[in-house]
Amino acid sequence: MARNIKLRIWRGDSTDGGLKDVVVEANEGEVVLDVIHRVQATQMGDLAVRWNCKAGKCGSCSMEINGKPRLACMTQVASFGEQETITVTPLRAFPIIKDLVTDVSFNYKKAMEIPAYEHPKELAPGEARMQQIDVERSQEFRKCIECFLCQDVCHVVRDHEENKKSFAGPRFFIRIAELDMHPLDMLKNRKKTAQEEHGLGMCNITKCCTEVCPEHIKITDNAIIPMKERVADIKYDPVRWLGTKIRKREGL
Amino acid sequence: MTLERHTYDVLVIGAGGAGLRAAVEARESGLRVAIICKSLFGKAHTVMAEGGAAASMGNVNDKDSWMVHFRDTMRGGKFLSNFRMAELHAKEAPDRIWELETWGALFDRTKEGKISQRNFGGHEYPRLAHVGDRTGLELIRTMQQKIVQLQQKDGRETGDMESGIKVFAELTITDILKENGKISGAYGYWRESGEEVLFEAPAVVIATGGVGKTFKITSNSWEGTGDGHALALKAGANLVDMEFLQFHPTGMVWPPSVRGILVTESVRGEGGVLTNNLGERFMFKYIPDVFKDKYADNEAEADRWYVDQDNNRRPPELLPRDEVARAINTEVKSGRGTEHGGVFLDVSKRISADIIKKRLPSMWHQFYELAGVDITKEAMEVGPTCHYVMGGVEVEPDTAAAIGVPGLFAAGEVAGGMHGSNRLGGNSLTDLLVFGRRAGMGAVEYVKKNGANPVSEAATTAAANKIQAPFDREGGENSYSLHAELQEITHNLVGIIRTGSELKDAITKIAEIRKRSANVSVSGGRKFNPGFHLAFDLDNMLLVAESTAKSAINREESRGGHTRDDFPIMNEKWRQINNISSFDGNQVSIREQALPAIPKELFDLFDIHELEKYMTPEEIAKGGSN
Repeated sequence: MARNIKLRIWRGDSTDGGLKDVVVEANEGEVVLDVIHRVQATQMGDLAVRWNCKAGKCGSCSMEINGKPRLACMTQVASFGEQETITVTPLRAFPIIKDLVTDVSFNYKKAMEIPAYEHPKELAPGEARMQQIDVERSQEFRKCIECFLCQDVCHVVRDHEENKKSFAGPRFFIRIAELDMHPLDMLKNRKKTAQEEHGLGMCNITKCCTEVCPEHIKITDNAIIPMKERVADIKYDPVRWLGTKIRKREGL
Repeated sequence: MTLERHTYDVLVIGAGGAGLRAAVEARESGLRVAIICKSLFGKAHTVMAEGGAAASMGNVNDKDSWMVHFRDTMRGGKFLSNFRMAELHAKEAPDRIWELETWGALFDRTKEGKISQRNFGGHEYPRLAHVGDRTGLELIRTMQQKIVQLQQKDGRETGDMESGIKVFAELTITDILKENGKISGAYGYWRESGEEVLFEAPAVVIATGGVGKTFKITSNSWEGTGDGHALALKAGANLVDMEFLQFHPTGMVWPPSVRGILVTESVRGEGGVLTNNLGERFMFKYIPDVFKDKYADNEAEADRWYVDQDNNRRPPELLPRDEVARAINTEVKSGRGTEHGGVFLDVSKRISADIIKKRLPSMWHQFYELAGVDITKEAMEVGPTCHYVMGGVEVEPDTAAAIGVPGLFAAGEVAGGMHGSNRLGGNSLTDLLVFGRRAGMGAVEYVKKNGANPVSEAATTAAANKIQAPFDREGGENSYSLHAELQEITHNLVGIIRTGSELKDAITKIAEIRKRSANVSVSGGRKFNPGFHLAFDLDNMLLVAESTAKSAINREESRGGHTRDDFPIMNEKWRQINNISSFDGNQVSIREQALPAIPKELFDLFDIHELEKYMTPEEIAKGGSN
């Protein structure tokens, strides 16, 4: 049944801001986004918040709830204690635009830096044959809804603005892994460029990204670690290193 | 302050499936393209499409062909679809799916390694290419990444990745501009800063999707406010058959946090059954005469169909959406619904938990996390939710050109005609691809013939004044409460079951809200201010609601996504008529227009006895138009 809950919302912009306390009604079964919308409709008409599907499928309503990166549409009010104040703040790793909305353009710039899929030239449309088991590895990463919670939580950039230039972040490591494991992709050296150009080496596998992923993608175990291992193999295994030098073998 | 200006060859409004496909086409033909997106790039409503994309590739059943797909589409739309659009769609859909694969899409596979295809309501054979139940996301991501590929190519050639195609995210268009009777560009504002932007472009493709937010219970996100429908009307284009709205039969009705959210039809395709509060599998009672030979009338046969589709008729849970929605509505109104006004949909009794999680992964995940419901163990509570608008901009089928406005094109949900009175599930994703591409081609051809058409100072000033107006008014009405009032009216009076007197009432009430909306004022500044954004969205929704209510009162029959209590049966006279909406600056008016006649070669694809259920004896005797 309906009850009043305490909500603390960060309001402001890039110049100034702070937490504002409100009391708002919450109904049984509602999620944090529902109560934010109620605040918007009844108390703060100009409260800025991004959202689209309200079904955990589009990844728009990313914010920090009691300090944890979450989707507001996937966080039930009932998961907090009856007397607990729910604090909602904007994603910390990105510049603030207004209230709960941040400038996530960093991610779109990184997306443009990852070399695109290359289809085999000789394979005409409709001719591709792939086994389910072979497409499933990449499909796991293609589940990504681009909520950027993994990018927000990653300590490589969370408190280190200076690392952003050379670090693509977990979302784009799984993009590279997805293409690398794609049964048809023709572009070589994806792992090598992940290491050399997109900052794979800066990740020290604390698995924070995997923990916050609303799609439960095993970012660290299934994408980052396998790529790191292969990079290490080629780079540091003397026999394989020699192989790449002598036979010009494509190692990565 | 100087106004931000951009000049492009083609401006695509909307970054869902249709918009992106149009943009790819135009860029690949060498034109410079701007893509406008109301949200962040990649968040469009297309991501919500779960079931799949219908294309008669024949990978699972080789009896399938474009002719069968065409027949299913016409049948599903109750023979009101524009035959040429349905024909183009059925013929080109397989190529559009295979093309996505060359762009990196990874569909689920058959044992032979081909693209797998699943069964869906209204489709005779397994026809929907899919990726689990997140097919829409795969489409969006594939095209988003295709655009990045084109940008990388431009980057290599010009040094600027955004020189040939640029995405303007979180920008709303408030006006489509014309000079000398032809398209010249569009005007809008950045949602983030509230600052205004002018785009000059001789061709504009509208691909803005649907109108669901006009209604109270909807599967649509905040973006579905009918922007493109309203922009097109105001630019002088027509809307066709706006009375046809699809209420998806199985939206969640409980718990409230997920009200309206869809339960994909695949749940029924995979074996989910609908029951009422007496435990009765009620759909057997609702098989219309026109479908009696295709659907099982007993449980035993329906159950056998899941293993042997050649020798059994389909379960009635897989009837077209309008039939299922009406059946659920009747059960609930007769007191046989759940305590929250829905019916039960249960997949747990037929399929093991492992298979449910494998075949319907995001369904399982979504219910479990959003609602605490485990669909492998218990039934869901579902009921009709406003899902899709069949009506839309009247277009020329081959080029997607909006009739009456040179330089304007429309594709996807915002375009009308393709789906007639009812859309089959799975046909929207291929609709986006087929007609998105055709709109791109149409725009390219138009721009090459016509060239630039500069925007005048007067048009710019008028558009700018309109955006400023709600800030200058004080003490006016609040856009949130007007929106809620509008939703009440549409829900109660223009909803799934309609009557003449209620529609008349709705038309009066919508007009009153429109009058009051002219007085909306906005608190706060221009920067990312949702109250300000809603003021413009509301204006669009009001025009859409007016068009829908007026078309609905004009059509005195029940067909597909339009049910009149006072005219409960399908009328063959009305099958020959499209309701055309136009706007004179004050109000929407409706005129009746004859449906294009079906040519003989398409007419001959049908069994004559089936056509007799829909057409007049004179039409049958004529046997097609040539």
